[in-house]
Amino acid sequence: MSSQEQQATGRTATMSDAMVEAVAHEMREDEEVFYMGEDVADYGGIFDSTTGLLDEFGRDRVMDVPISETAYIGAAVGAAQAGMRPIAELMFVDFAGVCFDQIYNQMAKNTYMSGGSVSVPMVLTTAVGGDYNDAAQHSQTLYGTFAHLPGMKVVVPSTAYDAKGLMHNAIRDDDPVVYMFHKRLMGIGWMPAPDGPKTPVPEEPYTIPFGEADVKREGDDVTVVTLGLHVHRAVEAAESLADEGGPDAEVIDLRTLTPLDRETVIESVADTGRLVVVDEDYRSFGVTGEIVASVAEHDPSALEAVERLAVPDVPIPYSRPLEDAINPDAAAIAEAIRTVAE
Amino acid sequence: MFEDMVTARLYEERLQNEYMEGKRPGFDISAGEIPGELHLAAGQEAAAVGVCHHLRDDDTVTAPHRPHHVAIAKGVDLDRMTAEIFGRETGLSSGKGGHMHLFDPDVNFACSGIIAQGCPPAVGAALAAKKRNSDAVAVAYLGEGAIDQGGFLESLNMASVHDLPVVFVVEDNDWAISMPKARVTTPDDGSKRADGFDMHGARVDVDDAVAVYEAAGEAVGRARDGNGPTLLEVQVHRRMGHFMGDPETYRPEADQEAHAERDSIDRLAARLREEGVDDDELDGIRDAAAERVDEAVTWAKQQPLPEADAAHDHVFTNPPEGVTSDEPEPGAGAAAGGDD
Repeated sequence: MSSQEQQATGRTATMSDAMVEAVAHEMREDEEVFYMGEDVADYGGIFDSTTGLLDEFGRDRVMDVPISETAYIGAAVGAAQAGMRPIAELMFVDFAGVCFDQIYNQMAKNTYMSGGSVSVPMVLTTAVGGDYNDAAQHSQTLYGTFAHLPGMKVVVPSTAYDAKGLMHNAIRDDDPVVYMFHKRLMGIGWMPAPDGPKTPVPEEPYTIPFGEADVKREGDDVTVVTLGLHVHRAVEAAESLADEGGPDAEVIDLRTLTPLDRETVIESVADTGRLVVVDEDYRSFGVTGEIVASVAEHDPSALEAVERLAVPDVPIPYSRPLEDAINPDAAAIAEAIRTVAE
Repeated sequence: MFEDMVTARLYEERLQNEYMEGKRPGFDISAGEIPGELHLAAGQEAAAVGVCHHLRDDDTVTAPHRPHHVAIAKGVDLDRMTAEIFGRETGLSSGKGGHMHLFDPDVNFACSGIIAQGCPPAVGAALAAKKRNSDAVAVAYLGEGAIDQGGFLESLNMASVHDLPVVFVVEDNDWAISMPKARVTTPDDGSKRADGFDMHGARVDVDDAVAVYEAAGEAVGRARDGNGPTLLEVQVHRRMGHFMGDPETYRPEADQEAHAERDSIDRLAARLREEGVDDDELDGIRDAAAERVDEAVTWAKQQPLPEADAAHDHVFTNPPEGVTSDEPEPGAGAAAGGDD
C-alpha cells in the first residue's frame, strides 16, 4: 500500500493499538496462537502491548507467567516446535541476558541444528529504547545484538501502519521473529510519543513483507538510513533542513534488520553519494557499521561521504543531560546531514 | 530501628511528592526533577531494618530495584543517594545509575534493576569473605516474584554446597507488578524453597520489625559463625503501586485498605509505648527524621547536574588505549573512497 493509500484509509491508531489489533486478529483466526509474558493479562502489558486481549481471549490464551524468562521463553520455543504459534513478551530487551540461551541457542538455532526438520514459529516481542532516563538496565536498544545472531528474523516498526502489517507477518511466519518495539513510539499515556508513529491504519488485516525498507521521505542530496524512534528524528531533521534551504535528505526506514534490505539503501546512495546512518544502539559492531559496509562492499566509489550517529559505546546513563548527550537527536542528525553534504 | 523505619517512610513520601513535580498535567514519566521510573517501598520497612540492624559496614547487601528502605537501614549516605535519584553530579553514581542502581562501597551496598540478579553477586561477596577468613556476611534482598528466577535458585544451591555466609531475604509484598503471588508462584510459603537446597528456611508471617529482627538475628548469626546460608521470607506490604504512575487497576481496593491497616511502623510504635517509651520521644524521633529527609532533599536539589561530556567517563576503570571520552569529530574519516 502506498503512503497515499494509507492516508486514504482515514482511521488513525497508535502503534500499540495497531500491534494489538494484529495479534487479536491472528488469535481469532488461529486457536494455536497464544500470548504469554509478565503482566500481559490484567495489566495489558506495561507498554500497552496486550491491552484488551485478556477480556476477549481469557487467561488460557493470554497468560501471565512467573518472572522466569528462561522458563517461559524456552516454553514458547517448545510450544512452537510442537506446532503452536506462541507470542512471548520479554518486558524489556535489557532482560534478555536472563534468558539468552533460550533465545540464541534454542529459539534461533534449532531449525538449523535439526537440519531443517524442526521449525520454531514463535514471536518474541520486546520493548527497546531509552529517552526517558531509566538508566543502563532499562534503556538499551540492542538491535545489533539480535540481528548479529543468525536464525531469527528481527523486526523494528516505526509507525502504527508498519507495526500492524509486520505483526501479521511475524505471527504467520514459520520462523522465530523478534519484534522490537520502541517504548517511546507506542502511544502510552505516561510516555508521550512524537506525532509520527500515529498513522492511518486499515481495519482489515494486511502484511508487510520482511526485508522491504520504506522510504519515509524522498530526497536527492543525502541518504539517511535509520529505524525505530530515529526514523521520526531523521524526518524531523530532514524537514527542518528543507525548510531552511539546506540539503534534501532521503530517509530510509529499514523496518526489518533480518532480512536486511540492502538494495534500497544501495540504490539511494547510488543517487546521492552521501550517507548518514542513525541508530539508537551502540556504535561499534552494530547497525551503522553494517549499513556502511554493505554499501562499500557493493561499490566503494558510490560513497563520497559517510557519517554514523549512534550511542557512543557507553552504557545508557541515568541523568538527563548525560542521556541527551549520547542519544542522537534531530539536531545532531541535521548536523550530520549538513556535514556529508558539504 | 524505629528511627530508620520512620526515616525510610518519610523519605518515600517526600520522593513521591518530588517525583510528581513537573510531571503534571498528563503524567509524563520522563519530565520533572526526578526522571525515569521510581519504585517506592513504603510498607516494606520492617524487612529492611529487621535484617540490616544486625549488619556492619563490612557486610554486603545487594538490593533489588525497590531499594531505598534497605539503603537507609544499611547506612547508605542519604545525601548522596538523594542526589543520585535527582540525577546530580555529586550523587553516589555521578548521575549514571539513578534510583534502581545505587552503589555505596563505603557500606558495601549495591543494587540491580534486574529481577533476582543481585543474588549471585551476594553469593560472591560471601565467597570472598569465606576465602579471606573474615566473619563478614552477605545479604541478598529480592521480592517474592523473584524466587522463580534461575539466578536465585542457582544462588541457593551454590551458597548451600559451599556453606557460604549469605542470607537471602525475600520481601513478600504479594504483588509482582500486577501479578498476585497465587497466580504465578508456588508454594505459598517461599521459604520452603530452602528445603530443596538443604538450607535453613524461615518465614515471618507479619510485618513486625521485632519478629523480623529476631529471625534475622538467627540467620545472620548462623552465617557469621560459619554455619551456612539461610533463606528468610518476610511478609511486607506494598502500600503503593509497582512504580509511580502505576494505575493499579489490577489491584482490589480491599487489598490496599488491608495493607494500610497493617502498618509495621504503627505496630512498632505501639510496642515501644508498651515498653514505656512516651509519645514525646516518638514524636521527637519523627521530627528528627523529617528534618534529616528535608536536609537530604534540599542539599540534593542544590547540587549541579553533570556536564554532558561526563557521559563518556567511567565506562572502564582502566580505559584501554584508544578509548577516550571524545567522540570522533564530525567529518573525521568521512571520506570513504569515491573519485574525487
